[in-house]
Amino acid sequence: MEINAADNLIRLEQIRVDYLGKKGQLTQQLKQLGQLPVAERPQAGKLINLAKVAVQTALEARKTVLESEHLKEQIKAAQLDITLPGRGNQRAGLHPITLTLQRIESLFRQIGFAVVAGPEVEDDYHNFEALNIPAHHPARAMHDTFYFPDGRLLRTHTSSVQIRIMENNDPPFRFIAPGRVYRRDSDMTHTPMFHQVEGLLIDESATFAELKGMLIQFLEIFFEKELKIRFRPSYFPFTEPSAEVDILGERGWLEVLGCGMVHPNVLKNVAVDPEKYTGLAFGMGVERLAMLYYGVDDLRLFFDNDLRFLKQFHC
Amino acid sequence: MKFSETWLREFVNPAISTAALTHQLTTAGLEVDAVLPACPAMNGLVVAEVKCVSKHPHADKLHICQVDCGASDLVSVVCGATNVRAGMRTILAKVGATLPEKSKLEAISLKGVISNGMLCSASEIGLGDDHDDIMELSPYEPIGKPLSEIIDLNDNIIELSLTPNRGDCLSIKGIAREVAVLNNIHFKPPEFELATINTTARRTIKSATVAACPRYLGRIIENVDATVKTPLWLTERLRLSGIRSISIVVDITNFVMLELGQPLHAFDNSLLTGDIEIRFPKEKESIKLLNESEFEIKPGTLLIADESGPLALAGIMGGYNSAVSMRSKNIFLESAFFTPWIILGKARQYGLHTDSSHRFERGVDPQLQSIALERATRLLVQYCGGQVAPVVEVLSEADLPKNKPVILRKTQIKRVLGVELEEQFIKDTFLKLGIESNYDNYQFVTNTPPHRFDINTEVDLIEELARIHGYDAIFVSTPQCKLTMQSPNKEHETIEHLRQILINRDYYEVINYSFIDPDENKLLNNKDKNFILANPIAPELSAMRRCLLPGLLNTLRYNVNRQQERIRIFETGLVFEVCNNLKQVPHIGGLLYGNVDKKQWGKKDILCDFYDIKGDVEALLYAMIAPDRLEMRASQASMLHPGQAVDVLIDGVEVGYFGCLHPKIGAHANNVYIFEFEIKSLIQDRQVKYQAISQYPSVKRDIAIILDETVTLAELIKSIKIDSSTLLSDLQLFDVYRGVGIKKGQKSLALGLTFQATSSTLNDKEIEAIMAKVIDGLYKNFGAKLRE
Repeated sequence: MEINAADNLIRLEQIRVDYLGKKGQLTQQLKQLGQLPVAERPQAGKLINLAKVAVQTALEARKTVLESEHLKEQIKAAQLDITLPGRGNQRAGLHPITLTLQRIESLFRQIGFAVVAGPEVEDDYHNFEALNIPAHHPARAMHDTFYFPDGRLLRTHTSSVQIRIMENNDPPFRFIAPGRVYRRDSDMTHTPMFHQVEGLLIDESATFAELKGMLIQFLEIFFEKELKIRFRPSYFPFTEPSAEVDILGERGWLEVLGCGMVHPNVLKNVAVDPEKYTGLAFGMGVERLAMLYYGVDDLRLFFDNDLRFLKQFHC
Repeated sequence: MKFSETWLREFVNPAISTAALTHQLTTAGLEVDAVLPACPAMNGLVVAEVKCVSKHPHADKLHICQVDCGASDLVSVVCGATNVRAGMRTILAKVGATLPEKSKLEAISLKGVISNGMLCSASEIGLGDDHDDIMELSPYEPIGKPLSEIIDLNDNIIELSLTPNRGDCLSIKGIAREVAVLNNIHFKPPEFELATINTTARRTIKSATVAACPRYLGRIIENVDATVKTPLWLTERLRLSGIRSISIVVDITNFVMLELGQPLHAFDNSLLTGDIEIRFPKEKESIKLLNESEFEIKPGTLLIADESGPLALAGIMGGYNSAVSMRSKNIFLESAFFTPWIILGKARQYGLHTDSSHRFERGVDPQLQSIALERATRLLVQYCGGQVAPVVEVLSEADLPKNKPVILRKTQIKRVLGVELEEQFIKDTFLKLGIESNYDNYQFVTNTPPHRFDINTEVDLIEELARIHGYDAIFVSTPQCKLTMQSPNKEHETIEHLRQILINRDYYEVINYSFIDPDENKLLNNKDKNFILANPIAPELSAMRRCLLPGLLNTLRYNVNRQQERIRIFETGLVFEVCNNLKQVPHIGGLLYGNVDKKQWGKKDILCDFYDIKGDVEALLYAMIAPDRLEMRASQASMLHPGQAVDVLIDGVEVGYFGCLHPKIGAHANNVYIFEFEIKSLIQDRQVKYQAISQYPSVKRDIAIILDETVTLAELIKSIKIDSSTLLSDLQLFDVYRGVGIKKGQKSLALGLTFQATSSTLNDKEIEAIMAKVIDGLYKNFGAKLRE
């Protein structure tokens, strides 16, 4: 009775001591056993032991119940609001232009393109002359160029890297050159600095059909959907034939990249034999691709570096 | 180049819609930028003559006009324009007419007088911008003729964005030639009869440089009436091509340029003195141009001159003093071929870009001069009358561009395009493009037409074939290459690695312009010069950055102004150092501002301090560089707080810095921490070599010592290491305490020392001996005492 009424482990322990402790009732009775007549002793001893076992059993049972209740209470007390946010700081993110560059790079790496870089302050030769754009060529008017007083300039495209790599190495070549480029233009749809990826493949059998196939694959994988793509004749002094590539968007055709077969004059300028090698080249505006991919509608957002903008591009 | 679709269709008219036509042009490489209606929808407009004008009885600014519109009775119309006068011809919108964006015109009363229609200004009927004056038409426009019979009200403006190689398409004739090819139509360019010669006037032409101007044609036309209004059909053609009507003579030269592609120039013959001379400038010659700009002519600019001096910049713009005007009676008409590379870039030198220079730079058909001159002459005589003199021509056949034979090997087509083309297709295409060809021994020997300056090599011919075949018709393949492996680009990999470390530590990447305000480079106190653009967009974007810090500070300011309280950013990119030579060096830089943690429950808001940026910098550096190659020492850098500034050295060479921004810089300077490193020196070249792990237990001893504030941890560690033998395997600082129990000017440091041997278990005795030596050393060196 008393045992089952105990409502905590301390009380239960007290009961145990009261009955089974050194001075406990049952222990005392056992000790007083010697005072009984010999004949009664076995019987009494037996009864006392039975009582002891009964008390012990009851105590154990009650202890189990109380322990289990205690644990339940402990658990209940430690119940948390699991919807509170975890502690610490999150991972920040890369700039969406970098993310776009990384996606472009990873696709071309798959088919063996190296990633190379070149200087941003360039000379006229690498940015224009060697690319078959002589002084005063009307094509120069398409590149509003930043000049320095010593005649050097800020590269207007990463095509200049083509020349630097090719003049110092031997074919075949397969690389892309991502980087910052500069044009003297600043309005709603132009920033004086933007990013380009130039790609070049020079081999003994590169063809326009291969260029088409590769770029169609690239665009569809990049945009993660099937696209309507068209190749349209265009003009770049460093490629012939030249093409512009458009994709069909919600509001008509959108120009996404320029490409062509490397002009034999360019190959000659870097001592590559155009009778042995052909080349395909392409160039794309990274901001344009990023805007289409992420749905960004204002180019200038990329260079405001507003954290509320940047924080949207976790990767 | 923009032009009237109707005009083009007068030259060649394939049975296809406007949409199909523009698609065809675009896919052939003549990109159509826009198609716009030539004018708004309207009707009920006729040519009318104002017979008499009287004042409105109740309104000063209004007139009552009696107008003849070809009907039996005159129509009474109220008009507010100041230029209305008896005898002029204009456009009348009759009662019932529909004007742009208006409902049907009704007879209305204007201050008590009924107006039975409206005399129209150009802007009211969408034919121009003038909205004050009513349109004044040429007296040749027949009274009563509906406007829709003079101009095509359903016409479209087609706007082409032409690439610089296609100068041959800068005319209706040129575009028509292309459209004919695309539609398989035989194109015969219009032919014009020669003008009748009826005067002998002539002006001698002398060329000092036939190489620059291999063909120059000049002709005098006498007794013209230059006051005539240009007919509406012609001004409309000009308007649809974006050219303003100036006067009949100028309008005709512009019209012929648009029609045929040959820029012409008309001089007032009575303002010329002596012979015409084509030459380069003498020293210090100057000219006043038609646009009234006046300047000294630069050497290399080809001139048209007479005995009194320069008359025009050849192929660019005519001079003010010899220009035709309404008063001109006699005209000297010029039609020339200027060599493209002589004209190239010259207009730009003077900040000019004209329709003429645009065409001459790209190349004008060298066989066109006579045709264009005759065409213009006949139009002039038709509208202005006059007597025509014979043409005077200076010609150097040898200096005209030659049709160069270009050879196309049939195998090259497959080699470049990846597809074979039929021999018959090639022959047909060449024929249509005006390229003469002979096929023999697997090659085409071609002769390209004079108007195609862009076809000079084999690949140019291949492109022409591909273009006409259609790029979309070329099948799709993928590159066939030999697979090879390449060593990774270490610099590129390093940048990626650093970026990942920083974003994992909650730094956002930013991208700033590489050019900044020259003053911002002054943050660095080194002796480098600024590298300044000659033609920046704005002075504050004129100097190439010498470090990343200014951009980071600008980004900080931008975001603080937009209520951001915790800012952690970094950037990678080139910086431009000018010492003797320009060096373009990749850097990585970061900035830390605000609280250590984003605001959150369970963590107190603690502002960042020096040790936060140091932790981030250590994470960066230790990931790349073995610690024993690194050294950090107090920095003197002027942009850093003198007491919280560190230079980082690798193998004794300075590679960057970090610390607290100097309080004198910027508004938030008390809590801004920055770092910047050169990337190349961080390229990881450490190949990890395994070291055996000791099998024996380690022994730890903690001590707390009290010593002066001035003693640095580095000094302490150095002393401990000297005194503790090689058995010391780790040494950690785990507490710094100041306050109760410690005197001012002193601090208590708690250090944990771990000892371990590789070949035995250490016993207490050994450890006690080492510890005693260490503690003794600290006392001797720094007066440090064990804390009780």
